[in-house]
Amino acid sequence: MNGDSPAKILKENVWTNNPIFIQILGICSTLAVTNNLTNTLIMTLGVMFVAAFTNITVSLLKQVIPRKVRMIVQTLIIAFYVIIVDILLRAYLPEISKSLGPYVGLIITNCIIMGRAEAFAQSHGPLISAWDGLTSGLGYMWVLMLIAFVREILGFGTVFGYAVLPETFTPWTIMVMAPSAFFLLGSVLWIAKAIILKKERGK
Amino acid sequence: MAPEIHPIVLLFASVFTSNILLANFLGMCSFISISKDMKSANGLGLAVTVVLTITSMLNWVLLKFVIIPLDLIYLRYIIFIIVIAATVQILEMIIDRVSPALYLSLGIFLPLITVNCAILGVALFMQIREYNFVQTVVFSFGSGIGWWLAIMALSAINKKIEKAPVPPALKGPGITLITIGFMAMAFIGFSGMLSVQ
Repeated sequence: MNGDSPAKILKENVWTNNPIFIQILGICSTLAVTNNLTNTLIMTLGVMFVAAFTNITVSLLKQVIPRKVRMIVQTLIIAFYVIIVDILLRAYLPEISKSLGPYVGLIITNCIIMGRAEAFAQSHGPLISAWDGLTSGLGYMWVLMLIAFVREILGFGTVFGYAVLPETFTPWTIMVMAPSAFFLLGSVLWIAKAIILKKERGK
Repeated sequence: MAPEIHPIVLLFASVFTSNILLANFLGMCSFISISKDMKSANGLGLAVTVVLTITSMLNWVLLKFVIIPLDLIYLRYIIFIIVIAATVQILEMIIDRVSPALYLSLGIFLPLITVNCAILGVALFMQIREYNFVQTVVFSFGSGIGWWLAIMALSAINKKIEKAPVPPALKGPGITLITIGFMAMAFIGFSGMLSVQ
């Protein structure tokens, strides 16, 4: 994988090898907050930040970390950045921090971050690793933002908290509850896979 | 904040109405990849329940007697995750010594558990909702059982789906997620009985 160009990494992480489509990695911590666009945006930005900085750190330290304990070292590096995110959120966005509750801390166990550190940062330089972390976060973000958009507009009739649908609109209560997140993610996977399969057949 | 919940109510709530997986989305990563085979689903469910109960108790003790008195609340993520990783490691060694047969069936799942969001999630819920010791034990045990129940049900459903004519693009994770959605809807049916949040 050495010598990958930034554009290729961007395309892979955002579309062809999107962490959510291909391996459904890392949805545990964020799916729970997708009934609200603002929370999802903050959450995915947090994931992006942590992924990028973890990748830089792991890439810089890869020669120093003994192979046998690298999992726990990576987890601690991730935890370090998650604590920074948590403290920043609590200082500047206390309302959102409160409504996110335990889910910010759960970024630690988000498999995407560990997965990228293991698969990419271990064998690449720090700059390209940072780019990889950022684009993985971006690929993750657009899928979850899409889900959050559908859930918020149908569940509350709002976008980022602003009412956009007329008052006569009846909110779909199911969109606010847990099952809709599973249905929507399943549907997004279905559409994405259908497009990918069609392209493959066209080749 | 709900410190006055009766432990038995909390047990039922954590298994059914606020199932850790179906209502709180925690522990999905290993859930989807393991849910294809009932035997490993059973092993993983057991392992998660055991680890969840033990680590929550340890974390509660640490929270009460070390983290809060020393004002180290901002370090809780690191402390919780180290407790979880260490517990998993020690359990792995003990099981290997005591029962090699059990190790064969359970051993491969233990490392997966360290990164299972449900374990850390329960520890964080326990801290945010300020549960006392009995509530913590009941809540973590119930969450483990709830997770176990969900993964067993899903792997049984997946057995049937294998034979069903699913559209090619929906196969694999897509149909699994939609199945989980239906299961979550079914579990919402329990929420009329009691509600704890």
